[in-house]
Formats: sequence, C-alpha cells, structure tokens
Amino acid sequence: MIPAAVDYVRADSAEAAIAALVEHGDEAKLLAGGQSLVPLMRLRLATPTVLVDVGRATDLVGISVEGDTVSIGALTTHSTLEHSAELAAACPLLAHVASLVGDPAVRHRGTLGGSLAHADPASDLPAAVLALGGTLVVAGPGGTREVAATDFFTGFLESVLAVDEVLTEVRVPVSTGGWSYQKFNRRAQDWAIVGVVVAEGGAGVSLVNMASTPIRATAVEAALAGGASATDAAASAADGTEPPTDNQADGPYREHLARVLTARALTAAGI
Amino acid sequence: MEVSVIVNGTGRSADVEPRTLLVHYLRDDLGLTGTNIGCDTSSCGACTVLVDGRSAKSCTLLAAQVDGAEVTTIEGLATADGLHPMQQAFHECHALQCGYCTPGMVMAAVSLVDEYDDLDAAGVRVGLEGNLCRCTGYQNIVRAVLAASE
Repeated sequence: MIPAAVDYVRADSAEAAIAALVEHGDEAKLLAGGQSLVPLMRLRLATPTVLVDVGRATDLVGISVEGDTVSIGALTTHSTLEHSAELAAACPLLAHVASLVGDPAVRHRGTLGGSLAHADPASDLPAAVLALGGTLVVAGPGGTREVAATDFFTGFLESVLAVDEVLTEVRVPVSTGGWSYQKFNRRAQDWAIVGVVVAEGGAGVSLVNMASTPIRATAVEAALAGGASATDAAASAADGTEPPTDNQADGPYREHLARVLTARALTAAGI
Repeated sequence: MEVSVIVNGTGRSADVEPRTLLVHYLRDDLGLTGTNIGCDTSSCGACTVLVDGRSAKSCTLLAAQVDGAEVTTIEGLATADGLHPMQQAFHECHALQCGYCTPGMVMAAVSLVDEYDDLDAAGVRVGLEGNLCRCTGYQNIVRAVLAASE
C-alpha cells in the first residue's frame, strides 16, 4: 500500500529537527532510517501529517570510546555498529546484536536511535542497551537531558520522549565481560518471538518480547548476584513478565522460551 | 516535491508527492521497471536496489530520503562489455526459476559480496535472508553467489 499523504521537512541537524518538531507539534513524526516507520506508514498504522527527516544529520553519526564509556550517535546504522572494530573491542555484545537485526538491507538503513525511539518490545537493540545499563541523551527546546535506559521505555511503542525531543546519543559502558544474545524466531529476518540478552557476566539480563516494553530480568539478575547457578537463575526468567499472545506464540510458551533461552544465554556467557 | 537522484550513473529528477516510495519513483516516474514489487511487508526483497553502493529495500524508503544519493538498479549493472559478474553467475548456475525475485536477489548479492569477506554457503544463506524466492530455488542462487564471490 502507499502511505497516506504527508508533508515532508528535511532537517540535517538535531537543532533543525527540534525546531521543526516545535513548529509542527504532535502532528509531526521524526524519520530516521525509516525501517520501522515506513512499513507502518505503508500499512497506514502510522499516519503522521508531517515527516521530519533527520536521516542525514551527520552530527548524529559516529562511535567513540572514552574511558569506560562508549558513545554512539543516534543515527549510526546497525551495519556500522556491526562492522565497527572499535565497538567490537569495547562492547562486543552491542556489535553482535546489531548484526542480527532484520537483514543486511534493513541494517544499512536502520539506526540505533531509531530502534530505541521506536520502543518496540520485540526489537533486539533496545533490550541490549537495557541489559548494558545504557544512558540515552535526549535533546529538546529546553536543552539536553540524560535518561537511563531503565526509565526510557514506558509502554508498547512508547517512551519518555516528548513530541519536541530528539534522541541524539546512546551511551553504554565499555563491557567485555561474558555476554550472549539468544534470539529465537522461526522465520528468517523476523523479530524475536523471545530473545534474551546477557551482559557483563550476568550483571545485566534483559528480555525481548516478554512484556509491552523490553524489560530487565531482575529475578535472574538477583539470583545470580546471590550466587545461584545458571540453571537455577534461569528458572526465574519469566518471573514478573507479561508476555504477549499472538499468532506466533502464546504467553505460557513465551515463558517457557524465556527460561530455556536464559539458560542457554547464561551458559554461552560462561556463567 | 522535486527529488533528484543519480540513477545508474545518470542524474534523474521528478516532481513527486512526499509519500512516494522509492520503488514507485523508480518504476512509475523514471520508467525503470526492472525493480519488482513482491510484498507489502518489507519481507521479500524483490525491490532491492543499491543506495550509495549498499542494498536497500526500495519499498521501505521514501524517494525523498534518497534525494541526492546514488541509486543502482538491475538495469544499471551490465555494461557495454556484457553482464555484471553476478548476473553472469546467475545465468551460468541457472539461479532462477520464474525470475520474479531475481533482480532483487542479484542486487542484494552484489551488496553482500562487497560487504562480507570469505563468504561460505551458510553466510550467503544468512546474508540473503531478506530476499525470498517463492520457487524455493535457493540451491542454485547460493551456488551463483559463491561463484561470483570468488
């Protein structure tokens, strides 16, 4: 299908994007790589009246490592994350997760910031940033604020981003401790039916598609911190979750998957 | 709005609605119908083209997003000297049955072998996961991509 009629504004910097968002209010939608938004527009599940295309804002692209922090511009593509030697050294988990998003064509266009701002609980990268204990830098007309990933996601496709704010940067700690991402799906290139991220030797464990937002598996983290074995910790992977039921899987099956995949992820992470 | 793109090495321009998808811009405004439309869900990859040298699904991009970019379609691969090596490999390995997915497969494969070193059969299969062949003719497609990557 063809998207509904829409006006188009090109904004080649975060500043220009904020100005456009202020001008157009909640009728506007920010367009980054468009790999989630354009399909939704084509199905007319999203019908913004103004698109603010920030996709060529080069000030929002890049990866830098300083001290124990990796800073990634919001418009850095999945493909760039996947192939970055610097990221592979500083935070191999994030590079690996990026390499499993969609397919190569999607990864060439899709962006880290776009994926996070889209806030799909079934997406890979939001859960990865959550497990890593990342921080999101958000810019608006009143200035810049930092939001912990744990506070960023508020509901299905919803985040704390205000209509006139732009996610500009994602920061994660340098993390080379044991890690794994177990993504379970049945069709190539599909979203995870359930996914489990283990970061930094089990200090962070998060779940994909087990609630209306990506969530931390706090029961697993607490069990590991208390000295539980991987097998025992994984048994609590579905605690506190509210998995969706859809045509791929029902809730109880997702709970089962969360436990099995958590055990596999912990083992793969060397725990 | 005016959208200008360098398509297959030639500057092209058309006045289109902002909602125009790149695939419709290529097919309907520029008359380049080699790029196929196969699905409505960004799944099948029949519409794959190269944007600045890398594969992209032209049904999942607005034409406006590639204003000023270089786009290569299946029509732009062959030269006066003959077929592109990937096209030649598809020909020699009989990597098609009905042919509908072929333009997208070839464009995705060109991007894939440029992006990834030391591809093996498993790597080609994973790398082409965004391109579906409903004839299920994957065996010869993988063979062709491996042949062209050598």
